[in-house]
Amino acid sequence: MTGRGTLPLRAGALVALAAIPLAAMAMGESFYLAFGARVLIYAIAAVGLNIALGFGGMVSLGHALFLGLGMYSVALPAHFGIDSGWIHLALTVASCALAGTLTGWISLRTAGIAFIMITLAFAQMGFFVLVSLKQFGGDDGLAVAAPSNFGRFGLDSPLAVYIAAFAMLLGLLIWTDRLRQSSFGMALRACRQSGRRAASLGIMPRRCLLAAYVLSAVICGIAGLLLANLNAYVSPSTMSWFVSGELIVMVVLGGIGSAFGPAVGALVYLGAEEVLKSMTGHWMAVFGLLIFAMALVGRPAAARLAVDWSRRPRAVGANRRVLSGTTGTAGTERK
Amino acid sequence: MSLTLFIAQLLNGLQFGVLLFLLAAGLTLVFGIMSFINLAHGSLYMVGAYAAAVAGAKTGSFAVAVAAALIAGVAVGALLERLAASRLYRRDHLDHVLATFGLVMFFNELARMIWGPQPIFISLPESLSGTVALLGFSYPSYRFLIIATGLAVAMASQWLIRRTRWGMLIRAGSSNPDMVSTLGVNIGLLNAGLFTLGAALAALAGAMAAPILSVQSGMGDGVLITTLVVIVIGGIGSVAGAFCASLLVGVVDTMGRSYLTLLLREVADRDVANAAGPALASMLVYLLMAIVLAWRPQGLFPATGRPS
Repeated sequence: MTGRGTLPLRAGALVALAAIPLAAMAMGESFYLAFGARVLIYAIAAVGLNIALGFGGMVSLGHALFLGLGMYSVALPAHFGIDSGWIHLALTVASCALAGTLTGWISLRTAGIAFIMITLAFAQMGFFVLVSLKQFGGDDGLAVAAPSNFGRFGLDSPLAVYIAAFAMLLGLLIWTDRLRQSSFGMALRACRQSGRRAASLGIMPRRCLLAAYVLSAVICGIAGLLLANLNAYVSPSTMSWFVSGELIVMVVLGGIGSAFGPAVGALVYLGAEEVLKSMTGHWMAVFGLLIFAMALVGRPAAARLAVDWSRRPRAVGANRRVLSGTTGTAGTERK
Repeated sequence: MSLTLFIAQLLNGLQFGVLLFLLAAGLTLVFGIMSFINLAHGSLYMVGAYAAAVAGAKTGSFAVAVAAALIAGVAVGALLERLAASRLYRRDHLDHVLATFGLVMFFNELARMIWGPQPIFISLPESLSGTVALLGFSYPSYRFLIIATGLAVAMASQWLIRRTRWGMLIRAGSSNPDMVSTLGVNIGLLNAGLFTLGAALAALAGAMAAPILSVQSGMGDGVLITTLVVIVIGGIGSVAGAFCASLLVGVVDTMGRSYLTLLLREVADRDVANAAGPALASMLVYLLMAIVLAWRPQGLFPATGRPS
């Protein structure tokens, strides 16, 4: 299952993704292009969340906050006539890093259930602030007055967003794959398994986890920046706890802790959503039951679908047991 | 700001607080003892509200409406325990979040399928729709009923946990479930009873809230988050903590919404105050939570290590 066989699969997936815009234009179906871009953007967010959730074992139910911060980092400057993409990007990174550091610092004082609740509460805080800012649309949302403009390259069409998201995701996947095996990634995974043991090795668990949390926040923020440009519209509803839940489902669906899994999860999730939507107006009832069944039957079963795609090279013993595991608990053994 | 208005707002805060307590009591026991994260607790609240609305509309009796909510809460709660919770106790938290997140989606859509997206309203019986005169001003008697119910439930749960055999087992189960089951106690049954009791309380909260709020799909989601804030502030697993935190959050939220903008106008420009006031008010309870946690990560009244 390891290594060699997956390379053609990965290459194939990438070629297929690269071919979507061409095919969409050939068929004259702009819907597929926008849908493809949405998948790529959510894949970026899921890969970002996975750094906290998968590598660090931090079950954050509040990452929609950072997605929303990224979106408003485009919409608010654009509202005041600033269309420089560099400024949008700088704002996104700054706001997400700041919010991530602040909320992460407080949240990491706790663990387990309390951590989940606190990240959730922080996201709600952001949600309510934006809902009550009536001069920026409140809960009706705000149209993005001007797309992000990076010199010669502007995110002014779904195609441009698609290309940017594709390049971003590609780089991110390669980078996270390296990150997993870097000394930071190893330290992070050690913290997930046992903070105390990691500390005895000279790692500072909280600092390590906080760094991962901030990193994942910034990546989610950049996904938000792209999403705002794709939709040309932002709304506080992106920051609702429901979106945070969706991101977690994507990560888990694709295989938690692997570098490529979350991206596959985003594709499966959004794809399943579209298929169900086309079949029934009450798709959420079906989808909800599917997610419930997945959690009940056991995540490894669902994750195994994606394992062949995302197979982690040189898995450490403990992780291998989890992935092929029969126990039904993957990932977050953080006590 | 007149004094009577102030007292009325205080009572409103108290009333919101006891409603939160009805939700928080069940949720915190399930949290603290089974360490099970039930995001679908808000759905049980919704089930209670719909059951009360339907039964109330059919019979016109508020007592029947409350009874219907309790029955629905117990039935759905027991079913959920059997199908989901009992299989997930020993899994990790991520599984709890996933499973119950799916259930929230399912219940919200189910409610929309049966009753449609429009909110439904239920009217109060005449005996409860009046007001009570109090210290020179009048206050709706129904809201007094909510406050009284909440306080009664608080006292009953305190008695249950401190004075009864069942309560003793609950407390023991929270600190060492394996030991309790070794002593010959059917811990599965204990957990099921606890979960169902929590569901019944959530449904009761739904029934009590139904006449003053609109009953609609997704109504449990917002209040669930506030309940989670209450539990985190109060200390996970502690019913007494949940009670104090409920009242605190209820009063802070209500007072913030009514007075924060006025207060800000005293110190800041009128336009600034009008813009910042509502924003600040709606995040006040989350700020409160952040401050409490930065100061005491375990919450104000943590349950572990001593009988609560």
